[in-house]
Amino acid sequence: MTETTPNKLEVAGLRAWFGTTRALHDIDLVLPERRVTAIIGPSGCGKSTFIRCLNRMHETVPAARVEGRVMLDGADIYAPGVDPVSIRGRVGMVFQRPNPFPTMSIFENVAAGLRLNGIRPSRDDLAGIVEQSLRQAALWDEVKDGLHASGVSISGGQQQRLCIARTLAVAPEVVLMDEPCSALDPIATTKIEALIHELREKYTIVIVTHSMQQAARVSDVTAFMYLGRLVEFGPTQKLFTTPERKETEDYITGRFG
Amino acid sequence: MTLRSRRIVDRLASVMAGVCTVVLLVPLALILGYLLARGASALNLEFFTHLPAPVGESGGGMANAIVGSLTLVALAVVIGLPIGVLTGVYLAEHGRTPLGSTVRFCADVLNGVPSIVIGIYAYTLVVLPMKGFSAYAGGIALAVITLPVVARTTEEMIRLVPTSLREASLALGVPMWRTTVSVVLRTARGGILTGTMLAIARVAGETAPLIFTAFGNQYWQSGLRGPIASLPVQIYTYAISPFDDWHRQAWAGALVLMTLIATTSLSVRFLTRGKTAHGR
Repeated sequence: MTETTPNKLEVAGLRAWFGTTRALHDIDLVLPERRVTAIIGPSGCGKSTFIRCLNRMHETVPAARVEGRVMLDGADIYAPGVDPVSIRGRVGMVFQRPNPFPTMSIFENVAAGLRLNGIRPSRDDLAGIVEQSLRQAALWDEVKDGLHASGVSISGGQQQRLCIARTLAVAPEVVLMDEPCSALDPIATTKIEALIHELREKYTIVIVTHSMQQAARVSDVTAFMYLGRLVEFGPTQKLFTTPERKETEDYITGRFG
Repeated sequence: MTLRSRRIVDRLASVMAGVCTVVLLVPLALILGYLLARGASALNLEFFTHLPAPVGESGGGMANAIVGSLTLVALAVVIGLPIGVLTGVYLAEHGRTPLGSTVRFCADVLNGVPSIVIGIYAYTLVVLPMKGFSAYAGGIALAVITLPVVARTTEEMIRLVPTSLREASLALGVPMWRTTVSVVLRTARGGILTGTMLAIARVAGETAPLIFTAFGNQYWQSGLRGPIASLPVQIYTYAISPFDDWHRQAWAGALVLMTLIATTSLSVRFLTRGKTAHGR
């Protein structure tokens, strides 16, 4: 990545707590628009907490607290008066374990974000949005003949792509992915990774991953976190070949973590 | 432990569990069988369509009591279900606050209050100010009995809904209240319905709280503001009478009451089959 791209998200002095336990220490980071940013680091280093701060999901946990600034297109999402609900519509999230709504069909799952927000497009428009979202999630061909089957009747990999389609249907600008492949087999993982490549054209993507190979394969920039701090951040290729910090080198060469 | 002794223990445990199951089912089968034997002979079309006959005249039915019981249970559900479900939602979402614990404790105490005491409560609160027995008073008494059952079941069922579903909805930009209604309650619906059915089954057979509230009526009810007949009260009145004819009618009434409860319970189960998270 040599050309300059505008920054979609700018994080400054971000600190987060669970009760009295501090999870994040003064994170400063910029996330380029329409690029894939990977967050790597050992378990418990605050990767998930970090991305959950980017769409104000962190504060939904009881006693969780956030300080600092997260600028989305230059406006602080933590400024007083900002409705977290509206932020979550712009910054979507895909979770570690596929979590389709079990009471809804595949179609209803994709339409859920619109319907539950009281947006009622015409029948045809809704069907169009559902089809387009499923196509973008590379799931359409597999489910087009059974859209009214239960959302949990398909395989785990398909469920995860269904969750991606559900997220895309509300037309977010940023898509956060919290270890989206950790519950999937290698074939499903390959499909999701190919999908991330496609989505990069339209969305700013932040992906938390345990797999350094995955980070190397899918991301443009990589951030390495350790013990709640951001250790190093830079173009993926540079970070993996010539890391600046000793901790980064130790981690990517497998000496700890 | 040797393999042989393990086998013996395994066999013993299986046999004991089997025996206990049979011991549990025997009373149920006896009650049902006896009810069927005694009640079926007095059942005919007249029983469902006619008012009770005066003493000494044969025939007559319990049409008013059947309609009355349905009315009272419907009132109890209309009043009790929304309050119970909302209380359950509160307990599940804010149950760890001091107020939440207090509400939960009160619900548990209320669940243990003898139903006749709830009858007296409804008598004081509704019958006295309204200056008369009424269907409303009976419905309110029954609603109070359903409240703790519905509230606690709702709480338990909501707690079973995984956090990941709540998060999935919130992350789509859906407001909290909408998430609770459309995702959490929808997923917990099957369990809440089962709890409601249990509550209905319980109040449909209540006699004591109705004696001071709905009172009973040998004729058709004149509206919800007047006394109303009900199957349990009618069965009670007939069963303690000295007339053989009335005894037979009481048996038939008991059979009808039992069938009504079983049918409602089974049909709700059938209708909600496969539509809940627990169905999978």
